Amino acid sequence: MFKKLNITCKQAVAICDKSQYKEATFFEKIQLNIHFLCCKICTKYSKQNVFLTKLCRNKSNDDKKKQISLCMTPGEKEFLKKEIEKRYVKE
Amino acid sequence: MQKLDPNKWIDKYSDYLFKYTLARVSDYELSKDIVQDTFFSALKSAKNFEGKATERTWLVSILKRKIIDYYRKINSKKGKAEVRMNFYNDGDNEGDWLEERVPQTWDNMAEKQLENKELQNQINSCIDKLPEKYAMVFKMRTIQEIDTDVICNELEITSSNLWVIIHRARTQLRRCLEDNWFNK
Repeated sequence: MFKKLNITCKQAVAICDKSQYKEATFFEKIQLNIHFLCCKICTKYSKQNVFLTKLCRNKSNDDKKKQISLCMTPGEKEFLKKEIEKRYVKE
Repeated sequence: MQKLDPNKWIDKYSDYLFKYTLARVSDYELSKDIVQDTFFSALKSAKNFEGKATERTWLVSILKRKIIDYYRKINSKKGKAEVRMNFYNDGDNEGDWLEERVPQTWDNMAEKQLENKELQNQINSCIDKLPEKYAMVFKMRTIQEIDTDVICNELEITSSNLWVIIHRARTQLRRCLEDNWFNK
């Protein structure tokens, strides 16, 4: 039982990455938090990881706003249309 | 029985296919090329269309193929110079942090920093510097927030593969931020 709670930094970091995407299991989170008690470095890593995720989420929101208006220009569409018609007739 | 109507493809599907592609490769020009390529391949294999699925589903399945092809291509070219992992691999120290890779202290890592426009630009340029295959997977998971198993299916990789890529992407991003922002 106690052996299972002991994890290496490598495992801790892997769980930490997963938990950024809400994919760590409950048990893994317990393991991680116990590891934090005795490892300052991983605690730091985790905090920075959370920060990084938040940064990316901001970017994600920005991108979504931008993407709504983003598509091919009418000119490009027209060109593709003609190209398809040409090739379709040939077939 | 469904029938294909290629003359209407552009009006009906180009926006959808384009957005779908852009979400995955995040490059405007490249997305255009892939979408165009998809339409042309679809024309070529129009004979094989059996009408079992709708036109749109059929086109999307071709598009997915194209995206995988693209991913494979960048995967074989780039990323050969692998990042060393952060940890010792032998002896008692297995799984511990290597001294030189230890995360450094980030000054003013405060919540309000998150609103900082310059920091936002910095992270953008850091993401752009990632090797293409890392960037693609990382962006799909973190920015487009696509589910892990969907990404694994689409790119035909295993989930442990995906987590290694995510970890490496994150490691490089932290280093990039450390060099260009926090310890400047």
